Amino acid sequence: MSDILFLSISELHAKLEAKELSCVELTKRFLERAETVQKELNAFITLLPERAMAQAVQADKVFAEGRQTILTGIPYAAKDNYNIAGVRTTAGSKILENYIAPYTATAIIRLETAGAVCIGKTNMDEFAMGSSTEYSAYGPARNPYNPNLVPGGSSGGSAVAVATGSCVFALGTETGGSVRLPAAFCGIVGMKTTYGRISRYGIIPLASSIDVVSPCARSVFDAAIVTGWLAGADPLDSTTPDVPIDNYEGHLNANTSLVGKKLGIPKEYIQAEGLDPAVKQVMEKVMAQCEAAGAELVEVSLPLTKYALPAYYVLVPSEASSNLARHNGVTFGFRSTGTSTAQELIELSRDEGFGAEPKRRSMLGTFALSSGYHEAYYGRAQKVRTLLRQEFETVFKQVDALLTPTSAMPPFVFGEKSDPLQMYLVDLFTLPTNLAGVSAISIPGGVTPDGLPVGAQFITPQFAEDSLFQIAYAAEHVLKVEPPPLAV
Amino acid sequence: MELNREQVKAIAKLAAIQLDDAEVNRFVTELSHILDHIDQLKEVNIEGVAPTNQVTGLTSVTRPDVVVEFLDRQALLDTFPETENGLLKLQNKKP
Repeated sequence: MSDILFLSISELHAKLEAKELSCVELTKRFLERAETVQKELNAFITLLPERAMAQAVQADKVFAEGRQTILTGIPYAAKDNYNIAGVRTTAGSKILENYIAPYTATAIIRLETAGAVCIGKTNMDEFAMGSSTEYSAYGPARNPYNPNLVPGGSSGGSAVAVATGSCVFALGTETGGSVRLPAAFCGIVGMKTTYGRISRYGIIPLASSIDVVSPCARSVFDAAIVTGWLAGADPLDSTTPDVPIDNYEGHLNANTSLVGKKLGIPKEYIQAEGLDPAVKQVMEKVMAQCEAAGAELVEVSLPLTKYALPAYYVLVPSEASSNLARHNGVTFGFRSTGTSTAQELIELSRDEGFGAEPKRRSMLGTFALSSGYHEAYYGRAQKVRTLLRQEFETVFKQVDALLTPTSAMPPFVFGEKSDPLQMYLVDLFTLPTNLAGVSAISIPGGVTPDGLPVGAQFITPQFAEDSLFQIAYAAEHVLKVEPPPLAV
Repeated sequence: MELNREQVKAIAKLAAIQLDDAEVNRFVTELSHILDHIDQLKEVNIEGVAPTNQVTGLTSVTRPDVVVEFLDRQALLDTFPETENGLLKLQNKKP
């Protein structure tokens, strides 16, 4: 019966259609699994057994009435920065420990209108700031293949939940690689959609000009299904353009291939100084297999890559410091007690409520936006961002997609990146795409000799999700990566 | 760029975060280190380059100016740190 936990959306849907099992039975199995995993890997901040069972009962009714969709009764999990009315939403922070959201994010409404069942809210770095979940105020999540290692972050809990069969797919968010990195570290598929492809309404923001909704799943096909249900303009998020949505999974089949696809290999990635030899070895095999399957590999150059990280660490802290200003101990969330003035209440609530990283980014952002420094830091970084975007646009005139490692390193041990700058460097290969706003995906590329997963990343232009899914699907079927054995 | 203790304290005041001495010392080191890394941006020629505020080309998006009522008063009250008799409580005086 445990094999049910690792079936695809389509396979589970067929079993529900055939009445081989009910939505209630399915949800119970996933909740039990999630509880077992939770004890060892801390993938969740809040499990939602009662709400999920009520949703499952409703999903069975929908099936009885014949009104089901492919997602009806399918258990999923959401990162704890998605608001769900009546459910605690912490964003991994102590400052929101008791925050019960009064309304629901558009992404959640879209999935649940289609009938998906939310089994819980997943663990994350505080306010999505981090690459390992070590910055969660609720303790870190752990890697499903080796609990002594990090699962990646910030959406680490979502990736662990999917990898362990605690849910079928999960929602994360990305600002600098926060789904692709944990997907790579947990051996699953992580999709970073184009900026504005999916509504951000109801998600606790990090950097508003960069944040995106990012689903993760165990296959490219499942990620494509979920992206299709989530995508599209939303009057409640003014940054969602009315760009047509392709039938993503409808274009994935036995004929989907890499033949004739031009894949750009950026030398700044594959020849990077810090690239781990085990990751490089896996990537060389990935490139060879893609080439053997008919893809044309083209060496390309993105010379500004090294400036993406410094630009990112001006832009994101600046926008974050602005977004975090609302956490003031007055209107919602944590409040320090025993203060005597308004100023003291605000300053102490923020000191006691925020962990180290939100404080660090608030400080950095406040500095970068302050009078006298604004143009030298924020203004300059915005211009470098323009050049980075143009560099991607130019390279996409030559190739259909870029192929790179998702991360320069395999999963690392807890505490290894105790210096903040070392932690920031973990996202070196993912964050340039976030600044450019293009679409990208991480799929399992292989396994190191130590039995740890390595992610392969494909990058395509803005709103090219359809082509991205096709290339990733074809590559997934060429590579046929078997995940390492689970520790739990 | 090196920041000193006074600068860090001034930033903390602007960011409305009360820092203890140990935190001030830590931020002097950490923020200076991060700013050194950020200073690499000075190597890039940005002359005549327009800043990016928005990546997909949207400008001045508006929606109809229609009031949508939110009727669950209790749900909003519940998000506040303190309430009393259905009212929002702001300050608790020192005893």
